[in-house]
Amino acid sequence: MANGRLMQGNEAVGWGALNAGCDGFFGYPITPQNEVPEWFAREFPSRGKVFVQSPSETAAIMMLYGGAGAGFRVMTSTSSPGWGLMQEGMSHLAAAELPCVIVLVQRGGPGQGSIRHAQMDYRCVTRTGGGGGYRNIVLAPASVQEVHDLVQLAFHLADKYRNPVVVLSDGILGLIGETVDLKPLDFGPLPDKDWAVRGRDRQKDVVRRYVHSCPSTAPPPCGYPDYVSWLEHTGHKYQAIEDSEIRYEAYESEDADLLLVAYGYASRVSKEAIMAARAEGIRVGLVRPITLWPFPFQVLRDKAGRGCSFLVVEDSLGQMVEDVRTAAGGEAPVHFLGLLSRHLPTDGGMILPDRVYEEIRRLV
Amino acid sequence: MNGRSVNKIRVGALQRTLTMIPPGCPGCQHLTIGRIIGEVLEDLDIDGKAIAVTGIGDHSTIGVLNVDTIQGSHGGATDMATAIKRLLPDTPVYTVQGDGDCLAIGAGSFLGALSRGELITIILCNNGNYGSTGGQLAPTTPMGQKTPTTPQGRSAASGGYPIGAAELAATFRGVAYSARGALLDPRGYQRTKGMVRKAFQKQIAAAGLSFVEILSACPANWHLSPVESLKWIEEQMIPEFPLGEFKNVERAG
Repeated sequence: MANGRLMQGNEAVGWGALNAGCDGFFGYPITPQNEVPEWFAREFPSRGKVFVQSPSETAAIMMLYGGAGAGFRVMTSTSSPGWGLMQEGMSHLAAAELPCVIVLVQRGGPGQGSIRHAQMDYRCVTRTGGGGGYRNIVLAPASVQEVHDLVQLAFHLADKYRNPVVVLSDGILGLIGETVDLKPLDFGPLPDKDWAVRGRDRQKDVVRRYVHSCPSTAPPPCGYPDYVSWLEHTGHKYQAIEDSEIRYEAYESEDADLLLVAYGYASRVSKEAIMAARAEGIRVGLVRPITLWPFPFQVLRDKAGRGCSFLVVEDSLGQMVEDVRTAAGGEAPVHFLGLLSRHLPTDGGMILPDRVYEEIRRLV
Repeated sequence: MNGRSVNKIRVGALQRTLTMIPPGCPGCQHLTIGRIIGEVLEDLDIDGKAIAVTGIGDHSTIGVLNVDTIQGSHGGATDMATAIKRLLPDTPVYTVQGDGDCLAIGAGSFLGALSRGELITIILCNNGNYGSTGGQLAPTTPMGQKTPTTPQGRSAASGGYPIGAAELAATFRGVAYSARGALLDPRGYQRTKGMVRKAFQKQIAAAGLSFVEILSACPANWHLSPVESLKWIEEQMIPEFPLGEFKNVERAG
């Protein structure tokens, strides 16, 4: 690991963005992601890049609208209450088909909730919170290295599909320290952003560009003739993403009778429990969705068809478990180990490997 | 500015910026504001590199000028302009916003941009109501004015008092220029155009944020004729929103 460097997950967001050629960061402090804007404030201006501390998360997401509309690689980061404030902007970004990256370091909710870790935003992130039935691409890292790598992938997918991409971290991933290989990743060529505003006479064709989020009353983006044609196009785009961008990690899953399904920090905990169970000859494995939307329904459906049962480990009252139930389609039992199994009843409680192991033993 | 006189009065059709006829109600002065912006951009020869940001509301019809334009959410225009200007510091960036867009839902963003002294130009179209939704109470509705949400007339008890945006902007250290104009006659037109020109010149000189509020007739929602609307501005709005320059400094700070 030539470029190996010890850092927190929140700092890895910055290094990943730098390696992705991010031009600007716009954000508002909120725990537990404060290290992210602080990293950009420290590292971006000296490199000739833009950092602005926005007056709110509502403003931050609109700054992304402006920066993305001008064709730049821009991003923000926030935690759960701030994510709520960004939802109108997310809907506008989806309507204007603007590529950008939002890092969400989850904390406990609802409301002010807690300032500690949790996995309670799955539903609002994968289902989207603004009006209009759009889609967010959602990537879920499980290590500091993966935070760094998936931020880079996020920028690529955002540009490829002209769509906002969310990197869903959490309070534990954000704050743990791990060694990271700071390697820029190449995902291949991307189309020119010839739709971006940059000044009429700077356009190759010297024709005015008009970027907007009102596809019903203005000419819709991408040259579609009317509102419904454009909506149809977005449907096709979302289908194309579902068809080709599903990512997941399968661990010890080949011969597993019981398959754990977990993302983020809960997947790390699950792996430890699986190792302990495997040492005793229990055939248990893990499917870790890396894309939460699009969700790897088919791989779970196939496992269900082969007689696998599922245990979802998720630090919430049960959100991703709904998608796993959908995938299982009633053909396989879906068990759930959630927030009520934390080792402490406070916001500092975690689902620990021992508890997951205990549940595996109970189920097999 | 390419050796062209910026004081030259242009009365003919705009050559580059007004290539489409914007939609609008009879007597709506937002379209006149659009024309002023187009004339100034052409005079300063910056229409080809400028980027316009419009909010949401009836003022957004000004977004049809032949200038690269981005239309955002209701209230987010100053945030969008902030990002664009920071990323493209050599590009003239301006917002066109309504009173609701800038001073109600976008007030936080507006104050943020003023306090940071963003090197942008904000053009506020003040027609004292929410034009595109039926003329409801705006932050700039004059006291006593009847609107669909102040059926008895605006009272302090229920609707508070109008915001004087040009006076407010002038109090910010990051602001280099703040003025208010009205379009009651050709003289007012030229005076207002001079304010808009100065505002863009301040931006070009990176002097600080520049702000121009323009009183704008809304005959359709005021239920007045265009001529009566001008009288309304003179008698009801100007006493609340006096015209003139409230700040004009070489460099903000």
